[in-house]
Amino acid sequence: MSFNSVFDIIGPVMVGPSSSHTAGAARIGQAARNLLHGQPQWAKIHLYESFAKTYKGHGTDFALVGGLLGFATDDPRMKKALKIAKDRGLDVTFIENTAAVDHPNTVRLRIGNAEDQVELVGVSIGGGKIEITELNGFQLRLSGHHPALFVMHNDRFGAIASVTSILAKHKINIGHMEVNRKDVGKDALMVIETDQNVEDVIIKELMEAKNITHVSRMIG
Amino acid sequence: MFRTVAELVEVAEREKILISEVMIRQEVERKEKTREEVFQAMEQNLDVMEKAIHDSLQGVTSVTGLTGEDAVRIQEYMQTNTPLSGHLLLDAVSKAMGTNEVNAAMGTICATPTAGSAGVVPGTLFAVKNQLKPTREQMVRYLFTAGAFGMVVANNAYISGAAGGCQAEVGSAAAMASAAIVEMAGGTAQQSAEGFAMTLKNMLGLVCDPVAGLVEVPCVKRNAGGASLAIVSADMALAGVESRIPCDEVIGAMYRIGRNMPASLRETGEGGLAATPTGQLLKEKIFGSKVPNEQSS
Repeated sequence: MSFNSVFDIIGPVMVGPSSSHTAGAARIGQAARNLLHGQPQWAKIHLYESFAKTYKGHGTDFALVGGLLGFATDDPRMKKALKIAKDRGLDVTFIENTAAVDHPNTVRLRIGNAEDQVELVGVSIGGGKIEITELNGFQLRLSGHHPALFVMHNDRFGAIASVTSILAKHKINIGHMEVNRKDVGKDALMVIETDQNVEDVIIKELMEAKNITHVSRMIG
Repeated sequence: MFRTVAELVEVAEREKILISEVMIRQEVERKEKTREEVFQAMEQNLDVMEKAIHDSLQGVTSVTGLTGEDAVRIQEYMQTNTPLSGHLLLDAVSKAMGTNEVNAAMGTICATPTAGSAGVVPGTLFAVKNQLKPTREQMVRYLFTAGAFGMVVANNAYISGAAGGCQAEVGSAAAMASAAIVEMAGGTAQQSAEGFAMTLKNMLGLVCDPVAGLVEVPCVKRNAGGASLAIVSADMALAGVESRIPCDEVIGAMYRIGRNMPASLRETGEGGLAATPTGQLLKEKIFGSKVPNEQSS
């Protein structure tokens, strides 16, 4: 069940006009920002179906960019996000796509800076709630409402155990976990939703573990 | 965790508690929060709703000028006339529209369950309040009751216009409000379910066809319709009228109808009222000759 809190229904408090097209879009932008190391300097935003048709009227454009700038759904600066992005040197391009997608409110975000790059697909499922369905080419299903860790690793035995034992040592509880790989023995991704936010020192420890190539996190 | 309205009503009856109480207890348990934390968070939402209504009654207009000031217009009419539909009903209509006028003007609102349908629940609450004289706690409970029903809809059907049409947005909001009114007026849990069912039945098939893709026309006035229907159905339920089709089956019907709705009638701004000559004209006026919805799908 996607909606498991009363505040998914009565909420969020937000700047209008649309919970799926504005608040949900801002949350997808925030998720992408959280996954990138550092400030995004450029963003290519691909919009599909209802997002592509109505993004200007619904403020989906400024909401996605507001999210990329780290604004919350009720931040009064949201309306001016496109201008603020320009001032802060974030170069944004919108692309309207006509391809069929599973859900009408879908966006593919490619963002990056000199050091890092993130590509994700976000879906706004209604009432401001979102799901992340793809990250850097890996399929996944993530609510974006809990803290989450993204651990890129080599597909070798013991890689998962080393990560979970580090989390256990720091008393971090795992609520949901998915493992995905491109092929046997190749790049793989662990997505771990946790009940607690994961501190920097734990991230550092995870990065040093064997067969782990990259760790990023999303704050809940 | 309750999955259906039948389960929700059953828990309330078995434990001899209100539906709002079922929702509060579940939230406390599942989110590992204290009762005070949960209650306070909802009260903050209530504060946002109250402020939005207050702001709207000072008069707001959207950037496009398509919507605004109607909430004030209705309040003024009520001062000098005896409304045919009754003072309480028209007050709810005014406050529901006012909330959505604030939303269209990109003001701050609380989505219930969405932004486009954010007027119905607070609009009815702040009108019914004048007659039922609830405590602040009962007003917060109103939101928990509405939320409990909304969760069932969201998990078994949809609450977004893009997925299921306006029946999923304003339809759900109106039905949620009706259930909450019944509880506040002292009705039983089952009567809340009846109020919900009778409201949603009257909203089935409603399409999402916003002019120029904006959450303005006809959204603001659909909130007016939703608010009035919520109150009428609540009265019917309190009078003992029952829905022949059980609540959960009405939600199922809403789901299947939404599945059969073409994309042009699900928040793409391409069909229905958006496609009328005036709808097209307004779109051109707002976005100029190069309209964003121009490309074919």
